[in-house]
Amino acid sequence: MNRRAGFTLVFAVATCLGASAIDGFDFPDPETYERYQRLITDFRCPKCLNESIASSGAPIAVDLRRTVRRLMEEGATNDAIRDHLQDRYGDFVLYDPPFKSSTWFLWFSPVALLVVGIYVLMRVARRSAASAASSDDLDRARRLLRDRT
Amino acid sequence: MNRARLFLPVTVFGILAVVLLLGFTLRDPKLLPSALLGKPFPAFDLPVLTGAPGERASRSSLLGEIRLVNVWATWCPTCLAEHGELVRIRRETGLSIVGINYKDDSSQARAWLREYGDPYDFNVVDANGDLGVDLGVYGAPETFLVDAGGVIRYKHVGDVNRSVWDGEFAPRIAALGDSNKGEGGKAE
Repeated sequence: MNRRAGFTLVFAVATCLGASAIDGFDFPDPETYERYQRLITDFRCPKCLNESIASSGAPIAVDLRRTVRRLMEEGATNDAIRDHLQDRYGDFVLYDPPFKSSTWFLWFSPVALLVVGIYVLMRVARRSAASAASSDDLDRARRLLRDRT
Repeated sequence: MNRARLFLPVTVFGILAVVLLLGFTLRDPKLLPSALLGKPFPAFDLPVLTGAPGERASRSSLLGEIRLVNVWATWCPTCLAEHGELVRIRRETGLSIVGINYKDDSSQARAWLREYGDPYDFNVVDANGDLGVDLGVYGAPETFLVDAGGVIRYKHVGDVNRSVWDGEFAPRIAALGDSNKGEGGKAE
């Protein structure tokens, strides 16, 4: 039991340590801090393929966090900060890709798959309904079996 | 009808195979398309690495001729690998090369240039990487082709070796030179 508690504690501490990189910034109020946290989890680190700039320890993620913070201090809106990073690093930094010709497949494929799925389901349902034995057939089968025995 | 159905799994497999193959071969997922192509080189005002004390360079220092702008650092092994090629390009073609010494120790950077040769017209010191962010740099070395008007024409991520130079930079520089002459001719 004690051992288990120990493991749990170690695991909990390790999880907290991994949760976010720490830069030692001071924030004037909790709302600003929360806005900053939300913003940095919205951008993908350009160097690390699938980590947000909030969780990555890569130097470029540190630079981008500093950039986000500087833009916030300059009074930029969330959209302006997003545009600023997108202008420099392209769509890659956005977890939420913009709608354009190169991404229509990304946006429409789930809908297309859903339509195909519904179509297949309907066909299967219709077929099994059509092939289900009618009650007349069942009666006839029962009679035949009874005659045998 | 039933016979056609037999081929359904093969068809699905075929489609998946093609899509996945495209996904693997179209591009290296580590290579980001540069968002800055065709855009003006970002403004900067930074100290010069090997200049007189207090000397600074800015965007206007880049104007007037076609240049390579090379982002490098002494902590970057690939930068060492490409350094010889930069020296060769400078020596054999006379092309202007400007360095951005990226998040580096300036005294080590100066020692590196003394040891391996200095192909750069000048280097600016981007100590905290802010110019790197403005350039969309995500790892050194990166090399930009900037035209005489200060517009970014091409970007290469990774080392500039002989085949990259021959295949990616030299033709574009030749094309830029031709169009410059053409425009100059019209203006006169």
